[in-house]
Amino acid sequence: MTPNSQSNTARHVAAPAAQQDTIPPVLDIADLHIEFPIYRGAVRALNGVTIRVQQGEIVGVVGESGSGKSVTAMMSMRLIPQHSYVVRKGSIHKSGKNILAASEKQMRQIRGSDMAMIFQEPMTALNPTMRVGRQITDVVSTHTALSPKQARERAISLLREMHIADPEQVFDAYPFELSGGMRQRIMIALAFSCEPSLLIADEPTTALDVTVQKQVLMLLRERAKKTGTAILLITHDMAVVSQFCERIYVMYAGSVVEQGAAADVINRPAHPYTRGLLGALPENARPGAPLLAISGQVPNLADLPAGCAFRNRCRLQGDACSRVPPLLPLTSAADAPGHAAACWMTVREQHDA
Amino acid sequence: MPDAVLTLDKIHVRFPVKRDWRGQARAWAHALNGVDLSVARGETLGVVGESGCGKTTLAQVLMGLQPPTQGQLRWHTDRGRPNVQIVFQDPQSSLDPRLPVWKIITEPSYVKGEARESAMRARAARLAEQVGLSPDYLNRYPHEFSGGQRQRIAIARALASDPDVIVLDEPTSALDISVQAQIINLLFELQRKHQLTYILISHNVSVIRHMSNRIAVMYLGQIVELGDTAQVLARQRHPYTRLLLDAVPVLGAPLPERAVQVIPELPGNRVLPTGCFFLDRCVFRTQGCERRQQLKPVSTDTPAHRVRCHRYDHDEPDGK
Repeated sequence: MTPNSQSNTARHVAAPAAQQDTIPPVLDIADLHIEFPIYRGAVRALNGVTIRVQQGEIVGVVGESGSGKSVTAMMSMRLIPQHSYVVRKGSIHKSGKNILAASEKQMRQIRGSDMAMIFQEPMTALNPTMRVGRQITDVVSTHTALSPKQARERAISLLREMHIADPEQVFDAYPFELSGGMRQRIMIALAFSCEPSLLIADEPTTALDVTVQKQVLMLLRERAKKTGTAILLITHDMAVVSQFCERIYVMYAGSVVEQGAAADVINRPAHPYTRGLLGALPENARPGAPLLAISGQVPNLADLPAGCAFRNRCRLQGDACSRVPPLLPLTSAADAPGHAAACWMTVREQHDA
Repeated sequence: MPDAVLTLDKIHVRFPVKRDWRGQARAWAHALNGVDLSVARGETLGVVGESGCGKTTLAQVLMGLQPPTQGQLRWHTDRGRPNVQIVFQDPQSSLDPRLPVWKIITEPSYVKGEARESAMRARAARLAEQVGLSPDYLNRYPHEFSGGQRQRIAIARALASDPDVIVLDEPTSALDISVQAQIINLLFELQRKHQLTYILISHNVSVIRHMSNRIAVMYLGQIVELGDTAQVLARQRHPYTRLLLDAVPVLGAPLPERAVQVIPELPGNRVLPTGCFFLDRCVFRTQGCERRQQLKPVSTDTPAHRVRCHRYDHDEPDGK
């Protein structure tokens, strides 16, 4: 099997096929191209992103700043002002519903009830002038038919499930009275308040200390397992993603460059960028030894080079790299289903081997 | 310590948080509660701890930006007054947006009285080359650079006045992984070339592990464990160090499946605990914990490895 015989397959390599035809995926982003128009040009933020999240699955998206991971998250919730972007190609479906074609009214119904989001900075995500409890009951009473009293009980039980020691007291507190970890737990309670089928967590623990980070991640997973919620975790932290997620998408310059089961991608990275990222981590090096930094810089999204976007920083580059590589399944795919990389060179190397 | 460049002796810092009608302080935030530390010439000392443990106040004391309320900071330098420089976390806000790069880099020597432009430009070009910036960029302004390049400018500025100590306050936490690796490599290379002394403040244990010779673990304004990095990380003694290292995400090791435990909150620093500061969160608490703890050597074999926990007074109580 040569890469060329594969090149007419879709850019997305199917995740475990068994679950696929029965129920539509909770989130299905297909070949999405997004541009932000600027003076005499456009910032090509997403260049063919295909991400699929099945029911109850925990999926991670890793990438550095400018890789398009946050735009992907925001687009899935359609939180970007509609006149500021242009969809060149592709689609987003949430459990079969077309998100890009939905009206603003429909979106308001979906947001908060069927899909929820947790942001990086809980202090700016919570309203500083409202008590925490009110912010939760507002969401609950908007999306359900509960009475105010029931909504209050619901909110308190949600807080208790977040292992908050004194939920009644926290219910009446303002966000500034609480610690960062506590605020983030309130955000999680808020996100789970209407039992969404999908939770998008955009760097949920970046602003937290490591001891709190671990607890928050474990809480998130515990709640998700209990309610059958799928999680799309957006992060730059390879270690967090490898610990928390079942599947990983690695993004670079607005495209997915590698995807697969977390263990496969971390232990057997195929794309030179993923290899570079893992090699650059101080925990993978002998203390004091020079780190294997990726040379060069992330390309300007307003002026992407032709062909592979990683080309100028890559050690393996060859003639094939002048064409944009599709996501190609790796030959070792028999024992690692769904593991694919968008690289002409490493995939060929795998096929030859 | 032989060849110490700087010694901290029981440094306390507290800030007034509440005043009465006469303007006298009624309540205090206790940021540092007795820090004893000495820094050897040419070493990298890592300071690690959670937010609110006093890392940044310590940096401010070292810089002379915050006078200690109690205790003494002694510099052992030949030039009389200490020369200490800092590299901040966020290169976006720590560079003057209205100065060209060559002026930013040479500002420390400008402040010290050197004024000839041609000499300063030449100096800036030399420093820029050392940190891997093209000398062609010297007339540009900070906004024209990426985060990693800005951090290089900040490092060049710190080098400009030939400092005794460089305080690195979270130097890479605002940077992407691939850029972080470049900056860490650069810091190493400069240290080797110029025998620099670094005090590296970070919450990122893997960066500390990678870069520092010695590590100081801080909790609630005190150093709870101090010693050779490899030794401390391999055989950590203080329960807080254990808690901290357990929580560090490890590549490829799945999160434990056990149920989430109740999360203890960090104690406030307004009213200090009467006994051991870590008592509320400690799983090993026994008799003796109700007293204040002293930073003592773990055993006679390793006098440099010191821990603030009375359970080690009689050497390895739990047989570990």
